Amino acid sequence: MNALLRLTNVQKAFGENQVLRGIDLEVARGEMVCLIGASGSGKSTLLRTINLLEPIDDGEIRLDGVDISEPGLDPQPVRKRIGLVFQSYNLFPHMTAMDNVMLAPRRLKGLSKADLAEPVTALFERFGLADRMGHYPDQLSGGQQQRVAIIRALAMQPEVLLFDEITSALDPELVAEVLDVLRAVRAEGITMILATHEMGFARELADKVCFLDRGQILEAGTPEQLFDAPKEARTRQFLSQVL
Amino acid sequence: MTDNSPKAALPGRRAVYEAELRKRSMRIAVLSTLAVVAAIAILVPLAPGWDAVKRSFFNGGVFAKTFPGLLNAFLLDIAIFAWSLPLIAIVGLLVAICRDIQRPALYPLRLFAMIYTDVFRGLPVILVIYLIGFGIPGLGLPRPWNSPYIWGSLALILVYAAYVAEVIRSGIESIHQSQRSAALSLGLSTTDTMRYVILPQALRNVVPANMNLVVALQKDVALLSFVGPVEIFRQAGVYKSLYANFTPYVGAAIIFLIITIPATRYADYLMHKRRRQQQ
Repeated sequence: MNALLRLTNVQKAFGENQVLRGIDLEVARGEMVCLIGASGSGKSTLLRTINLLEPIDDGEIRLDGVDISEPGLDPQPVRKRIGLVFQSYNLFPHMTAMDNVMLAPRRLKGLSKADLAEPVTALFERFGLADRMGHYPDQLSGGQQQRVAIIRALAMQPEVLLFDEITSALDPELVAEVLDVLRAVRAEGITMILATHEMGFARELADKVCFLDRGQILEAGTPEQLFDAPKEARTRQFLSQVL
Repeated sequence: MTDNSPKAALPGRRAVYEAELRKRSMRIAVLSTLAVVAAIAILVPLAPGWDAVKRSFFNGGVFAKTFPGLLNAFLLDIAIFAWSLPLIAIVGLLVAICRDIQRPALYPLRLFAMIYTDVFRGLPVILVIYLIGFGIPGLGLPRPWNSPYIWGSLALILVYAAYVAEVIRSGIESIHQSQRSAALSLGLSTTDTMRYVILPQALRNVVPANMNLVVALQKDVALLSFVGPVEIFRQAGVYKSLYANFTPYVGAAIIFLIITIPATRYADYLMHKRRRQQQ
């Protein structure tokens, strides 16, 4: 099986703080991988290195066989293929929801607002936000903002979508609507990597779950293997705290 | 009219109490203001030199004769202000962007922008006006390039653009890093990120601060009188000599205040609104 994304011995330090200590990970096309682990275990940093927002210190990241972590490589073409959704939404506050979604396709694919009106409207409709397209981010609830952020990432039609604890900043009653959107994205067959604290969701949808501990993938397997029969003591300890 | 909605009900105890408080503080404020004004009106004329001051600064006859001329001269202040302002905005924006350049090949631009803002913010405005306003026409340039209007304005533009650049740069730095991350993560170039994501937000944040600079510029136009242009301050000086009376300066002050007070209030209002939005 040829992996779409292959990480080998990925290392990353911020100053003295070694955040990623040799991550090996393979993600096949269409697969959904969940990263679980305590805060500070390196989940967010790992996602940011895959999107090339953080350059790695050593090791390599291959996308479709091509080394995208090569120092000096232009990150722009890679980022078009790998989307990232943030915990804090990070919508552009001076633009309407629709303009947030259209900005990247307009600039990078040379499409006009008229070209995009139809597909973008369809995306908003599919995620139940058709009546919110003209709203500014501060007129939307947290859950709505996060759904717009997901639409914004989807509009570039990326091959891989990364989600960085996207429900952690939401009030509990808003988490469900965002998870519903994730289910819909999952149904499209887009390759997804999620850093998440939603264990029930990970168990329901993930093909593979990885437990990160102090910058290493301590244990990985199917949801059944990891949640029902964890091999490592630290995995058991973590799960007993969060489940 | 009968209306049983809760809004139409009698004011509650707290509202009655607060209305009473407001009325009381209003009464106290009015009384104390009247007392201060009365004290000034009675005490100042008792000063030994009051009659002389009244004659030379508040002379109604001189005021009436010179005020139209002052207003006319003020048109020149407005003209200088009007052509300097857009140039200040453009130069300030360009310098601010240059200071943010990361590419090593363009480092000279960044260095130049840094030196430029340091130099022109570090000098008194009047000194720059003297150096440029007298220095460049001294090169013996042909007309109209020896005009003090041009070089005096240039001095103002250079100084104010340096301040505007710093204000804009502080605005750029105030935009949270996560906005840059979000734009880059979509694949946008650094240039597009600056142009579509960072700058629009930064410029909006610094409108009030720039408005204060606009008010300051409005006043500093008067400094150009030192290199030649007969604008309002210089015209007031001419009238002063003519009538041996200082009243024209008071007239000029009034004209400035008519413009600057509303502008300052407006800047304060913008600042206030901005702060409320950010909460």
